[in-house]
Amino acid sequence: MPITIKLFASLRRGRFDVKEWGYVPGLTCNRIIHDIGIPEKDVRLIFVNGRHASLEDQLDDGDTLALFPPIGGG
Amino acid sequence: MGTPWPSFHLSVEGDVKKIHDFLITHANGGVLTWAMEVQASKDFFLSYREVELIALEAGIVPVRYQKNGTTLSSADQIVLLKSHASVIGCGGLGGYVTEILARLGIGKMTVIDPDTFEEHNLNRQILCTVNVLGMPKVGVASTRVREINPAVELIPVRDSFSKEQGPSMLKGVQVVVDGLDNIPSRIELAQVCDAMGVPLIHGSIGGWYGQITTQMPGRHTVQEIFHDYSGEGGIEETLGNPPFSPALIASLQAAEVCKVLLGTGHCLTRRMLFFNMLDMEMETLEL
Repeated sequence: MPITIKLFASLRRGRFDVKEWGYVPGLTCNRIIHDIGIPEKDVRLIFVNGRHASLEDQLDDGDTLALFPPIGGG
Repeated sequence: MGTPWPSFHLSVEGDVKKIHDFLITHANGGVLTWAMEVQASKDFFLSYREVELIALEAGIVPVRYQKNGTTLSSADQIVLLKSHASVIGCGGLGGYVTEILARLGIGKMTVIDPDTFEEHNLNRQILCTVNVLGMPKVGVASTRVREINPAVELIPVRDSFSKEQGPSMLKGVQVVVDGLDNIPSRIELAQVCDAMGVPLIHGSIGGWYGQITTQMPGRHTVQEIFHDYSGEGGIEETLGNPPFSPALIASLQAAEVCKVLLGTGHCLTRRMLFFNMLDMEMETLEL
Protein backbone atom coordinates (compact mmCIF):
# COMPACT_ATOMS: atom_id res chain seq x y z
CA MET A 1 0.00 0.00 0.00
CA PRO A 2 1.19 3.55 -0.65
CA ILE A 3 2.11 6.10 2.00
CA THR A 4 -0.43 8.91 2.43
CA ILE A 5 1.21 12.32 2.81
CA LYS A 6 -0.76 15.20 4.33
CA LEU A 7 0.61 18.72 4.22
CA PHE A 8 -0.65 21.48 6.52
CA ALA A 9 -0.77 25.26 6.49
CA SER A 10 1.79 27.00 4.31
CA LEU A 11 3.45 23.71 3.31
CA ARG A 12 0.52 23.25 0.90
CA ARG A 13 1.40 26.31 -1.12
CA GLY A 14 2.52 25.27 -4.62
CA ARG A 15 2.35 21.61 -3.55
CA PHE A 16 -0.71 19.61 -2.48
CA ASP A 17 -3.03 18.90 0.47
CA VAL A 18 -2.97 15.09 0.34
CA LYS A 19 -1.02 12.76 -1.90
CA GLU A 20 -0.22 9.06 -2.13
CA TRP A 21 3.45 8.11 -2.31
CA GLY A 22 4.99 4.81 -3.38
CA TYR A 23 6.27 2.72 -0.46
CA VAL A 24 9.74 1.21 -0.56
CA PRO A 25 11.41 -0.57 2.38
CA GLY A 26 13.63 1.69 4.46
CA LEU A 27 11.75 4.86 3.47
CA THR A 28 12.23 7.62 6.08
CA CYS A 29 10.29 10.81 6.81
CA ASN A 30 13.38 12.78 5.91
CA ARG A 31 13.62 11.12 2.49
CA ILE A 32 10.03 11.94 1.61
CA ILE A 33 10.39 15.56 2.76
CA HIS A 34 13.49 15.85 0.57
CA ASP A 35 11.83 14.21 -2.44
CA ILE A 36 8.77 16.48 -2.19
CA GLY A 37 11.17 19.40 -2.22
CA ILE A 38 10.38 20.88 1.18
CA PRO A 39 13.39 22.48 2.90
CA GLU A 40 13.99 20.65 6.18
CA LYS A 41 13.80 23.92 8.17
CA ASP A 42 10.25 24.46 6.91
CA VAL A 43 8.98 21.35 8.71
CA ARG A 44 8.52 21.55 12.47
CA LEU A 45 6.12 18.79 13.46
CA ILE A 46 6.03 15.33 11.95
CA PHE A 47 3.26 12.87 12.72
CA VAL A 48 3.05 9.29 11.53
CA ASN A 49 -0.40 7.74 11.97
CA GLY A 50 -1.22 10.53 14.43
CA ARG A 51 1.89 9.98 16.56
CA HIS A 52 4.73 12.43 17.00
CA ALA A 53 7.69 11.26 14.88
CA SER A 54 11.17 12.42 13.91
CA LEU A 55 12.97 12.95 10.60
CA GLU A 56 14.90 9.69 10.85
CA ASP A 57 11.88 7.49 11.58
CA GLN A 58 11.19 4.76 9.03
CA LEU A 59 7.76 4.42 7.50
CA ASP A 60 5.75 1.26 7.10
CA ASP A 61 3.53 0.17 4.28
CA GLY A 62 0.25 2.16 4.40
CA ASP A 63 1.40 4.77 6.94
CA THR A 64 0.02 8.32 6.97
CA LEU A 65 2.63 11.05 7.24
CA ALA A 66 1.51 14.54 8.33
CA LEU A 67 3.81 17.58 8.17
CA PHE A 68 3.38 20.96 9.89
CA PRO A 69 5.46 24.14 9.62
CA PRO A 70 6.84 26.18 12.56
CA ILE A 71 4.55 28.92 13.87
CA GLY A 72 6.15 31.47 16.15
CA GLY A 73 4.18 34.73 15.97
CA GLY A 74 2.34 36.33 18.80
CA MET B 1 -9.04 53.10 49.26
CA GLY B 2 -8.91 49.79 51.03
CA THR B 3 -6.07 47.46 51.84
CA PRO B 4 -3.97 46.28 48.91
CA TRP B 5 -4.02 42.76 47.47
CA PRO B 6 -3.75 40.08 48.75
CA SER B 7 -4.79 41.06 52.23
CA PHE B 8 -8.51 40.88 52.74
CA HIS B 9 -9.14 41.38 56.40
CA LEU B 10 -11.86 43.22 58.18
CA SER B 11 -10.77 43.63 61.71
CA VAL B 12 -14.13 43.97 63.40
CA GLU B 13 -16.99 41.53 62.94
CA GLY B 14 -19.41 44.42 63.19
CA ASP B 15 -17.81 45.99 60.10
CA VAL B 16 -18.50 42.85 58.11
CA LYS B 17 -22.14 42.91 59.21
CA LYS B 18 -22.48 46.57 58.25
CA ILE B 19 -21.08 45.88 54.79
CA HIS B 20 -23.33 42.83 54.38
CA ASP B 21 -26.30 44.92 55.43
CA PHE B 22 -25.33 47.66 52.99
CA LEU B 23 -24.89 45.23 50.12
CA ILE B 24 -28.09 43.33 50.87
CA THR B 25 -30.05 46.59 51.19
CA HIS B 26 -28.69 47.96 47.94
CA ALA B 27 -28.59 44.76 45.93
CA ASN B 28 -31.41 44.90 43.47
CA GLY B 29 -32.74 41.45 42.64
CA GLY B 30 -29.61 39.76 44.00
CA VAL B 31 -27.23 41.82 41.88
CA LEU B 32 -24.88 44.68 42.71
CA THR B 33 -24.58 47.60 40.30
CA TRP B 34 -21.32 49.40 39.59
CA ALA B 35 -22.69 52.55 41.25
CA MET B 36 -23.26 50.58 44.46
CA GLU B 37 -19.79 49.06 44.25
CA VAL B 38 -18.36 52.59 44.09
CA GLN B 39 -20.50 53.64 47.05
CA ALA B 40 -19.51 50.60 49.15
CA SER B 41 -15.84 51.10 48.29
CA LYS B 42 -16.00 54.74 49.48
CA ASP B 43 -18.13 54.17 52.56
CA PHE B 44 -16.16 51.21 53.89
CA PHE B 45 -12.65 52.03 52.59
CA LEU B 46 -12.46 48.83 50.60
CA SER B 47 -10.96 48.01 47.20
CA TYR B 48 -13.42 47.07 44.46
CA ARG B 49 -12.12 43.52 44.58
CA GLU B 50 -12.89 43.36 48.31
CA VAL B 51 -16.39 44.72 47.73
CA GLU B 52 -16.99 42.14 44.98
CA LEU B 53 -15.66 39.30 47.13
CA ILE B 54 -17.88 40.22 50.08
CA ALA B 55 -20.88 40.52 47.76
CA LEU B 56 -20.23 37.19 46.05
CA GLU B 57 -19.74 35.44 49.37
CA ALA B 58 -23.12 36.87 50.46
CA GLY B 59 -24.73 35.46 47.30
CA ILE B 60 -24.90 38.85 45.58
CA VAL B 61 -23.55 38.97 42.02
CA PRO B 62 -21.91 42.15 40.70
CA VAL B 63 -23.85 43.07 37.54
CA ARG B 64 -20.62 42.98 35.54
CA TYR B 65 -20.50 39.19 36.01
CA GLN B 66 -24.25 38.59 35.71
CA LYS B 67 -24.16 37.54 32.07
CA ASN B 68 -21.66 34.80 32.82
CA GLY B 69 -24.87 32.99 33.80
CA THR B 70 -24.47 29.45 35.04
CA THR B 71 -21.20 29.10 33.10
CA LEU B 72 -19.40 30.70 36.05
CA SER B 73 -20.96 30.33 39.50
CA SER B 74 -20.42 32.81 42.34
CA ALA B 75 -17.95 30.32 43.82
CA ASP B 76 -16.09 30.26 40.49
CA GLN B 77 -16.07 34.04 40.33
CA ILE B 78 -14.58 34.16 43.83
CA VAL B 79 -11.80 31.77 42.78
CA LEU B 80 -11.03 33.91 39.72
CA LEU B 81 -10.97 37.12 41.77
CA LYS B 82 -8.47 35.52 44.14
CA SER B 83 -6.28 34.26 41.26
CA HIS B 84 -3.00 35.53 39.85
CA ALA B 85 -2.21 35.04 36.15
CA SER B 86 0.67 36.30 34.05
CA VAL B 87 0.63 37.31 30.39
CA ILE B 88 4.06 37.28 28.74
CA GLY B 89 4.04 39.59 25.76
CA CYS B 90 1.37 42.23 25.30
CA GLY B 91 1.05 42.36 21.53
CA GLY B 92 -1.31 40.40 19.28
CA LEU B 93 -2.10 37.46 21.55
CA GLY B 94 -1.23 39.08 24.89
CA GLY B 95 -3.36 42.18 24.30
CA TYR B 96 -6.51 40.15 23.64
CA VAL B 97 -5.75 37.78 26.52
CA THR B 98 -5.29 40.71 28.93
CA GLU B 99 -8.58 42.24 27.79
CA ILE B 100 -10.49 38.96 28.21
CA LEU B 101 -8.95 38.10 31.59
CA ALA B 102 -9.85 41.58 32.90
CA ARG B 103 -13.46 41.08 31.84
CA LEU B 104 -13.36 37.60 33.36
CA GLY B 105 -12.35 39.14 36.69
CA ILE B 106 -8.92 37.60 37.26
CA GLY B 107 -7.94 39.40 40.49
CA LYS B 108 -4.30 39.94 39.72
CA MET B 109 -2.38 39.97 36.44
CA THR B 110 1.33 40.43 35.84
CA VAL B 111 1.79 41.62 32.26
CA ILE B 112 5.32 41.61 30.87
CA ASP B 113 6.50 43.33 27.67
CA PRO B 114 9.47 45.63 26.94
CA ASP B 115 8.02 47.32 23.84
CA THR B 116 6.12 50.45 22.90
CA PHE B 117 3.25 50.49 20.40
CA GLU B 118 4.25 51.03 16.79
CA GLU B 119 2.20 51.80 13.72
CA HIS B 120 2.56 48.30 12.28
CA ASN B 121 0.81 46.92 15.40
CA LEU B 122 -2.47 48.62 14.40
CA ASN B 123 -3.67 45.81 12.13
CA ARG B 124 -4.04 43.22 14.90
CA GLN B 125 -3.21 44.36 18.44
CA ILE B 126 -6.42 45.20 20.30
CA LEU B 127 -4.72 47.64 22.69
CA CYS B 128 -3.02 49.59 19.89
CA THR B 129 -4.71 52.79 18.68
CA VAL B 130 -3.29 55.84 16.95
CA ASN B 131 -3.48 57.66 20.28
CA VAL B 132 -1.06 55.31 22.06
CA LEU B 133 1.69 55.03 19.42
CA GLY B 134 5.05 55.30 21.15
CA MET B 135 3.61 54.42 24.55
CA PRO B 136 4.70 51.35 26.55
CA LYS B 137 2.40 48.39 25.88
CA VAL B 138 2.16 47.40 29.54
CA GLY B 139 1.22 50.96 30.52
CA VAL B 140 -1.56 51.05 27.94
CA ALA B 141 -2.72 47.62 29.15
CA SER B 142 -2.82 48.88 32.72
CA THR B 143 -5.00 51.87 31.74
CA ARG B 144 -7.29 49.69 29.66
CA VAL B 145 -7.78 47.14 32.45
CA ARG B 146 -8.59 49.90 34.97
CA GLU B 147 -11.23 51.17 32.56
CA ILE B 148 -12.74 47.73 32.08
CA ASN B 149 -12.60 46.28 35.57
CA PRO B 150 -11.12 48.22 38.51
CA ALA B 151 -11.42 45.10 40.66
CA VAL B 152 -8.46 43.71 38.70
CA GLU B 153 -4.94 44.64 39.74
CA LEU B 154 -2.54 44.74 36.82
CA ILE B 155 1.18 44.70 37.56
CA PRO B 156 2.97 46.14 34.50
CA VAL B 157 6.52 44.90 33.93
CA ARG B 158 8.26 46.78 31.12
CA ASP B 159 11.01 44.29 30.52
CA SER B 160 11.85 41.28 28.38
CA PHE B 161 11.11 37.87 29.83
CA SER B 162 14.35 36.01 30.47
CA LYS B 163 15.34 32.71 31.94
CA GLU B 164 17.38 34.52 34.58
CA GLN B 165 14.69 36.96 35.72
CA GLY B 166 11.75 34.67 34.98
CA PRO B 167 11.44 33.08 38.45
CA SER B 168 11.26 36.46 40.19
CA MET B 169 8.91 37.87 37.51
CA LEU B 170 6.52 34.93 37.95
CA LYS B 171 6.63 34.64 41.73
CA GLY B 172 3.18 33.78 43.09
CA VAL B 173 1.68 33.32 39.62
CA GLN B 174 -0.72 30.38 39.21
CA VAL B 175 -0.93 30.24 35.41
CA VAL B 176 1.10 31.78 32.58
CA VAL B 177 0.00 32.75 29.07
CA ASP B 178 2.50 32.71 26.22
CA GLY B 179 2.03 35.82 24.09
CA LEU B 180 5.65 35.95 22.93
CA ASP B 181 6.71 36.61 19.36
CA ASN B 182 9.73 34.35 18.94
CA ILE B 183 10.59 30.71 19.46
CA PRO B 184 13.79 30.87 21.58
CA SER B 185 11.99 32.97 24.24
CA ARG B 186 9.10 30.51 24.23
CA ILE B 187 11.46 27.65 24.98
CA GLU B 188 12.95 29.61 27.90
CA LEU B 189 9.48 30.48 29.20
CA ALA B 190 8.45 26.83 29.03
CA GLN B 191 11.57 25.80 30.95
CA VAL B 192 10.97 28.39 33.67
CA CYS B 193 7.29 27.45 34.01
CA ASP B 194 8.21 23.79 34.22
CA ALA B 195 10.85 24.43 36.88
CA MET B 196 8.38 26.54 38.89
CA GLY B 197 5.55 24.03 38.54
CA VAL B 198 3.26 26.55 36.81
CA PRO B 199 0.92 25.62 33.94
CA LEU B 200 1.71 27.39 30.65
CA ILE B 201 -0.83 28.14 27.95
CA HIS B 202 1.15 28.19 24.71
CA GLY B 203 -0.23 29.91 21.63
CA SER B 204 1.39 31.08 18.42
CA ILE B 205 0.19 32.48 15.12
CA GLY B 206 1.34 32.98 11.55
CA GLY B 207 -0.71 33.95 8.51
CA TRP B 208 -4.03 32.08 8.38
CA TYR B 209 -2.72 29.60 10.92
CA GLY B 210 -2.40 29.22 14.66
CA GLN B 211 -1.74 26.65 17.36
CA ILE B 212 -2.48 26.25 21.04
CA THR B 213 -1.56 23.75 23.72
CA THR B 214 -1.40 23.67 27.53
CA GLN B 215 1.80 22.53 29.18
CA MET B 216 1.26 21.21 32.68
CA PRO B 217 4.17 20.99 35.14
CA GLY B 218 6.30 17.90 34.55
CA ARG B 219 5.50 17.81 30.84
CA HIS B 220 7.79 19.30 28.24
CA THR B 221 5.24 19.91 25.54
CA VAL B 222 6.55 23.24 24.27
CA GLN B 223 10.16 22.09 24.37
CA GLU B 224 9.14 19.01 22.33
CA ILE B 225 7.30 21.11 19.75
CA PHE B 226 10.29 23.39 19.18
CA HIS B 227 13.03 20.83 19.91
CA ASP B 228 16.35 21.72 18.23
CA TYR B 229 14.79 24.68 16.41
CA SER B 230 17.54 26.98 15.24
CA GLY B 231 15.51 29.92 13.92
CA GLU B 232 13.92 32.92 15.65
CA GLY B 233 10.50 32.75 14.07
CA GLY B 234 8.37 30.56 11.84
CA ILE B 235 6.03 31.07 8.90
CA GLU B 236 4.90 34.45 10.29
CA GLU B 237 8.22 35.90 9.14
CA THR B 238 6.93 35.80 5.58
CA LEU B 239 3.15 35.43 6.04
CA GLY B 240 2.79 38.12 8.73
CA ASN B 241 -0.14 38.12 11.15
CA PRO B 242 -3.59 39.25 9.99
CA PRO B 243 -6.16 40.71 12.47
CA PHE B 244 -8.23 37.57 13.03
CA SER B 245 -5.59 35.01 14.01
CA PRO B 246 -4.58 36.60 17.37
CA ALA B 247 -8.25 37.07 18.30
CA LEU B 248 -8.97 33.36 17.74
CA ILE B 249 -5.97 31.88 19.50
CA ALA B 250 -6.06 34.40 22.40
CA SER B 251 -9.72 33.56 23.09
CA LEU B 252 -8.83 29.89 23.34
CA GLN B 253 -5.88 30.70 25.61
CA ALA B 254 -8.15 32.73 27.92
CA ALA B 255 -10.60 29.82 28.08
CA GLU B 256 -7.73 27.52 29.07
CA VAL B 257 -6.67 29.97 31.81
CA CYS B 258 -10.21 29.96 33.18
CA LYS B 259 -10.37 26.14 33.22
CA VAL B 260 -6.91 25.70 34.75
CA LEU B 261 -7.80 28.08 37.59
CA LEU B 262 -11.21 26.50 38.19
CA GLY B 263 -10.06 22.92 37.63
CA THR B 264 -12.94 22.28 35.28
CA GLY B 265 -13.39 20.79 31.81
CA HIS B 266 -10.66 19.20 29.72
CA CYS B 267 -7.54 21.25 29.09
CA LEU B 268 -5.26 20.81 26.10
CA THR B 269 -2.78 18.73 28.06
CA ARG B 270 -0.63 16.65 25.68
CA ARG B 271 -2.85 17.84 22.85
CA MET B 272 -2.32 20.68 20.44
CA LEU B 273 -5.00 22.30 18.30
CA PHE B 274 -3.73 23.45 14.93
CA PHE B 275 -6.00 25.90 13.09
CA ASN B 276 -6.12 26.61 9.38
CA MET B 277 -8.47 29.56 8.82
CA LEU B 278 -7.81 29.60 5.08
CA ASP B 279 -9.45 26.21 4.55
CA MET B 280 -11.36 26.29 7.89
CA GLU B 281 -9.81 23.12 9.24
CA MET B 282 -8.75 22.15 12.74
CA GLU B 283 -6.40 19.30 13.59
CA THR B 284 -5.99 17.81 17.05
CA LEU B 285 -2.45 16.55 17.51
CA GLU B 286 -1.55 14.14 20.32
CA LEU B 287 1.79 15.20 21.77
